[in-house]
Amino acid sequence: MDMEFIRNLQGWGYVSMIFFLTIGFYIYIYYLYKSQKGGKKDYEKYSDMALNDDIDDTLVEGKHPQENKKDNEER
Amino acid sequence: MQSSNAINYDYTVAKYFTVSAIVLGIVGMSVGVIIAFQLAFPELNNFFGEYGTFGRLRPIHTDGVAFGFTVSGIMATWYYIGQRVLKVSMAESKFLMFIGKLQFWLYIIVVAVAVVSLLMGETSSKEYAEFEWPVDIGIVIVWVLWGVSIFGLIGIRREKVLYISVWYYIATFLGVAMLYVFNNMEVPTYFVSGMGDWFHSVSMYAGSNDAMVQWWYGHNAVAFVFTVPIIAMIYYFLPKESGQPIFSYKLSLLSFWGLMFVYLWAGGHHLLYSTVPDWVQTMASIFSIILILPSWGSAINILLTMKGEWGQLKDNPLIKFYVLASTFYMLSTLEGPIQAIKSVNALAHFTDWIPGHVHDGTLGWVGFMIIGGIFHMAPRMFKREIFSKKLVEAQFWLQTTGIVMYFTSMWIAGITQGMMWRATDQYGNLAYSFIDTVEVLHPYWTLRAVGGSFYLIGVFMWAYNIYKTATSSKAIEKEPQYASPMA
Repeated sequence: MDMEFIRNLQGWGYVSMIFFLTIGFYIYIYYLYKSQKGGKKDYEKYSDMALNDDIDDTLVEGKHPQENKKDNEER
Repeated sequence: MQSSNAINYDYTVAKYFTVSAIVLGIVGMSVGVIIAFQLAFPELNNFFGEYGTFGRLRPIHTDGVAFGFTVSGIMATWYYIGQRVLKVSMAESKFLMFIGKLQFWLYIIVVAVAVVSLLMGETSSKEYAEFEWPVDIGIVIVWVLWGVSIFGLIGIRREKVLYISVWYYIATFLGVAMLYVFNNMEVPTYFVSGMGDWFHSVSMYAGSNDAMVQWWYGHNAVAFVFTVPIIAMIYYFLPKESGQPIFSYKLSLLSFWGLMFVYLWAGGHHLLYSTVPDWVQTMASIFSIILILPSWGSAINILLTMKGEWGQLKDNPLIKFYVLASTFYMLSTLEGPIQAIKSVNALAHFTDWIPGHVHDGTLGWVGFMIIGGIFHMAPRMFKREIFSKKLVEAQFWLQTTGIVMYFTSMWIAGITQGMMWRATDQYGNLAYSFIDTVEVLHPYWTLRAVGGSFYLIGVFMWAYNIYKTATSSKAIEKEPQYASPMA
């Protein structure tokens, strides 16, 4: 494998990576906004994790949903 | 698991790191002011023999504020924010509490050894990576302990989703780990060839490769020490102090990935017009420009969080700190890319414009967020209101004046310097000698040192206010939900 071939490989590898990461990034943007609009996921509610961050505050999205529900009722 | 009425957040480790942030802030910035005066008045180099010279003190300033003040601020805020947004207390895990304390004390030992070794002139001569290999190993151990703490706390969390600040802290951990290890790959000379002292080493890389790795590290130290963790702070402290949800949580996620992807390619802009491949320089220049997008994405998102609530800026000095920090973030992330344009860099490189740029970022963005963040934490950690609102206000205005004096003097000095260096007469001879530039720039260097002194006085005011808050301020019965109480 000569140097010229390695340099070509590096160049094409680099350009392809940029291209696919950019496409991936735009797909991610589309996914975020589509899932919010379709009601699949509400990303904006996660802001509440900073606002209601007392240890006794209701969880925004509990790790163990059933357990949380029970706990919330107890409180 | 949620029957946690008896559990409270445990801020022991956060308090430790708060103290170290204040102490190391004072040390690092005092040295900064001294060396700024030395640049204006060179005779000040003559005190304390070799130990008081600019060459010895400069790395103590840069490493002191970056790895002392800033890293302490990062740790203090992590051990505070981490618990709160994950809704889990350090008191719930004896193991994590032990790791946190171990990390702190080991960190203090490493800092002490690092300061002494730099003062003795023991350095590997790589900028911001001056420490010799034994210190590097200590730093890696401290960092690994922080990783155990981060992922340990995440492991026992109650909130399923990681708040955006936690993403940024994780990125800080991973980014610095990768950068530090690869840039500090070094060969201990004594053990390999019998040359030098046992603690001496040389870089594993040579020539242009060493330069490229060094500035991949150097620039991304700015990314993962001065940017990423500070965004983590502002995404918590500004919403919490103002009571406003983040303007767009989705934008915070997009900016995160944008920043992660783009930042790592921009380091080559430190090597424009040097002996590295031309494509590396062009790539770095282009990526630096693109970097404006994710940076401003975060900054605009942060400022829009205050939409409809700008009245708070008048009444709450902590909001002033956060909003001005974000504004300085916007300023320096526009200025940096401008300097990275090849034609601009031809003028700006090696001039005072560069430290001017660095300092509007570090003093305005990093310093203000750590100072403002610790002010927010203090009433919650010590269960007392902030000792003096007037002092906070006075500190804010004094430091803002100091920053403006610093960067404006450096802008003027840098551009003057660049123009004088390249000026030629009608025959193509250089119009000015080096000493001509020194004479012209002297007033600006003095102004910079005075501006830095203002900022340092502000840090002392902050230290005093926090000390009084912790010891003798009025106790509060109930933790405030949003705005911090202050007398």
